[in-house]
Amino acid sequence: MAYIIKGETGDWEVVIGLEVHAQVISASKLFSGASTTFGSDPNSNVAFVDAAMPGMLPVINAVAVEQAVRTGLGLKAKINHRSVFARKNYFYADLPQGYQISQFDQPIVGEGILVLDMPDGSSRAVGIERLHLEQDAGKSIHDIHPTKSFIDLNRAGVTLMEIVSKPDMRSPDEAGAYLKKLRSIMRYLGTCDGNMEEGSMRCDANVSVRPVGSTELRTRCEIKNVNSMRFVMQAIEFEAKRHVDVYENGGKIDQETRQYDSAKGETRTMRSKEFAHDYRYFPDPDLLPLVFDDAYVASIKATLPELPDDKKERFISQYCLTPYDAGVLVGEKENADFYEKVAAQSGDWKLANSWVSNNLFAVLNARNLSIAESPISADDLSKLITLIKNDTISNRLAKDVFEIMLETGKAPDVIVEERGMKQITDTGALDKAIDDILAANADKVAQVSAGKEALIGWFVGQVMKATQGKANPALCQELLKKKLAQ
Amino acid sequence: MTDLTRFTIAQARDHLRKKDFTALELTDAHITAMEKHRHLNAFITETADLARERAKASDFRIKNSDAKPLEGIPLGIKDLFCTQGVQTTAGSHILKGFTPNYESTVSQKLRDAGSVMLGKLNLDEFAMGSSNMTSHFGNVVNPWKARGHSDDLAPGGSSGGSAAAVSAHLAMGATGTDTGGSIRQPAAFCGIVGVKPTYGRCSRWGVVAFASSLDQAGPMTRTVRDAAIMLNVMTGYDPKDSTSAAMAMPDVEAVLGKGVKGMKIGLPKQYRPDGLDAEVGTLWDKGAQWLKEAGAEVIEIDLPHTKYALPTYYIVAPAEASSNLARYDGVRYGLRVAGNSLDEMYAKTRAAGFGPEVKRRILIGTYVLSAGYYDAYYLKAQKVRALIAQDFVQAFAKVDAILTPTAPTAAFGLNDKVVDPVAMYLNDVFTVPASLAGIPGSSIPAGLTAHGLPLGLQVLTKRWDEETLFRVCQVLEDSAKFPGLIGES
Repeated sequence: MAYIIKGETGDWEVVIGLEVHAQVISASKLFSGASTTFGSDPNSNVAFVDAAMPGMLPVINAVAVEQAVRTGLGLKAKINHRSVFARKNYFYADLPQGYQISQFDQPIVGEGILVLDMPDGSSRAVGIERLHLEQDAGKSIHDIHPTKSFIDLNRAGVTLMEIVSKPDMRSPDEAGAYLKKLRSIMRYLGTCDGNMEEGSMRCDANVSVRPVGSTELRTRCEIKNVNSMRFVMQAIEFEAKRHVDVYENGGKIDQETRQYDSAKGETRTMRSKEFAHDYRYFPDPDLLPLVFDDAYVASIKATLPELPDDKKERFISQYCLTPYDAGVLVGEKENADFYEKVAAQSGDWKLANSWVSNNLFAVLNARNLSIAESPISADDLSKLITLIKNDTISNRLAKDVFEIMLETGKAPDVIVEERGMKQITDTGALDKAIDDILAANADKVAQVSAGKEALIGWFVGQVMKATQGKANPALCQELLKKKLAQ
Repeated sequence: MTDLTRFTIAQARDHLRKKDFTALELTDAHITAMEKHRHLNAFITETADLARERAKASDFRIKNSDAKPLEGIPLGIKDLFCTQGVQTTAGSHILKGFTPNYESTVSQKLRDAGSVMLGKLNLDEFAMGSSNMTSHFGNVVNPWKARGHSDDLAPGGSSGGSAAAVSAHLAMGATGTDTGGSIRQPAAFCGIVGVKPTYGRCSRWGVVAFASSLDQAGPMTRTVRDAAIMLNVMTGYDPKDSTSAAMAMPDVEAVLGKGVKGMKIGLPKQYRPDGLDAEVGTLWDKGAQWLKEAGAEVIEIDLPHTKYALPTYYIVAPAEASSNLARYDGVRYGLRVAGNSLDEMYAKTRAAGFGPEVKRRILIGTYVLSAGYYDAYYLKAQKVRALIAQDFVQAFAKVDAILTPTAPTAAFGLNDKVVDPVAMYLNDVFTVPASLAGIPGSSIPAGLTAHGLPLGLQVLTKRWDEETLFRVCQVLEDSAKFPGLIGES
């Protein structure tokens, strides 16, 4: 459903482009051998070149290049066999060189595509403009000393991929879906852990609005460094409404950089155009152009895993899942792997989907656990489904067993055995229970005989109660019908 | 000069191995000379104690027949090379007191080869200058004087301390760096040999950067053979410098004496502008004549884009410098002048830390890279640079080497020229084209002016052809019979 902002003068739509800074997974930095371990003591992961000591020179990290190409391939993007590192010059205390080594007019990855999975099960393609490699800056800490700032260079020089989308998104939801999908792909590829809280994935949003039906691109504002998906969506929503208000009051939007205040739920000016930096980009003379051949790209391509889009398609065709269910399962590779294991071991893809996607995920979400931390293993969940399928336990009992599994961590067959929860499928054992109930409820038996068939359900319930739920409901119903008909 | 400081590196090498004297004696003789000639201001930092220690270690290795190629040879290191545990200033106030925890690749190689560092040599601030007058630590005095005059002369620059120290026999050799002529021009002014190898031969790792695409280290010595001995040690691929060349350096000492018979030598007509100093022109002709006599064929060649070289250089080099020098911000090392805000600290630190020439070049560089001017200046300059390099490629299709004057004049007085930066820049008019093209070049002391001041001839060859360069240099040296500095002792 289209996202429309109802204004006084008419309907408006929002135009969104996102720039994501994704920290590349690699042991060492983009141009130095220093470690990238998160959470180390301040200034302990700093090589001479990271601190821009005189005469120090950058040397490209081959792993970072491979990760960028890998990500480019995952975005079905054009891989540029020749790219150039450029210096982006500006002064800041946590930027030791006085410039950031980045890529400017010749990035390592060109145009690509990202497919969004929308909550209603539909899909939508968003264009990728480019992906380039660059260094991260260090960290300034302003709240330790009243007049001085502290600088931590552990992050200085860590590899970032800047991934720029085309202005193809039209709603905050689409922006959210874009971030989710991009993170999913990078996690599948093992190129970025996508952890927005630790800052390993950061987002700048470019937002403008236009009247519905128009194709113009109006002046945009850039909202910098938003650090959660929810905040990105909130910031876009606020910013779009602000633009509409400004236009409808006869004003004009100035191109500027803004920041999002999540406490107040609003964006505000950070830097107007007049104070925009002139970065004086030029090719870094310390580095040769980055050049590789087809064979190099092919060798990386050969190691790509099955990516979420392909996996989703396969789940739909192989397991007959709905696009929505398949989309939920493939979001995280570990979830998809878990599902496939349960489906294979239990031999029932449908029950597997309902137990994994509904029951297990609900518990994990509630407890804020990842699938890797699941209290129930794929093996045990498969066993539970097998117990249902071979009529050892009913669906109702299975839910109890599931709860006990969560609490005790025991295997379902052990629980069923220990607690005598096996379904009663023995006619002789049920006969007595049914006879007792029939004898004690002669009035209701008479009503059934008089044609009130619906009461059979009530009798089934009574039998279940008497057997602590262990009676096989189908068998129970069959026996009841037979006896009542007599 | 004392007995021991009169030797060349090659001679001292033989004497040391024959144990005619010890490395410590040789080093002590140079320390004495260094201390006696402090008025030349050639050294920013003297490291006499360290030198004696290293000399003793050399004697130990010589005793154990474990002598390395430069064992026990006292050298000066330009103060642009970072030296572990020894203050490195780049001639700038902004780095005063900075002591690196690392050793540049080139100085490490020289150290590993057994040489003894006497100290850190004065230079123009951040190697920006042609006179050594921009150094925060004061100008260097050229050991040469015009005949009958006592006026102090400039040693050239930026490797002026290196040239003066070698010329005055304070060091047997020195490292220099050359961005637009900073080895060759001071070598010419001080009557010594200076070699700038092909860009990429010497690692730039640990050398304070001026203009990264041009900076190249090289030896400064009193003879061609000594330069070859040093260069053999200084060069080689360094994985820590992405622009260093992964190709083997030929043994340039081994080619000495092979002569120039059958070679073709080019004299570029653009290097003889109207108004060229008559003595410089005459010496150039003489050099061509020597090569002819040694069996070479000499022809006139065309380097059509020569006149654009200087303006191109003064766009490219400041552009890179403006960015390279951004790191001197007072945050991590060197000078810091406190301010009430970060921007104020930057402004005060850089105002106090940089001299006027460095500021001028940072401003030029910032300007040519700025939005709206990039295409007209920097991008255009890069295109012209490619044309200048192409000129040389075409020339070297016809000739094996090119002979030119090194500088338009002999050494000027320390009180001349200071007011006009452009006049100063013109000193590099003959050396800058080779820097832009990345080709090897050298200056050979070839004669004296009527006033008794040294003049140099420049030899250029194609990229990676240092062998031809040294063969031509050797013939010129043999023919010139340059007396060296005999006045001051």
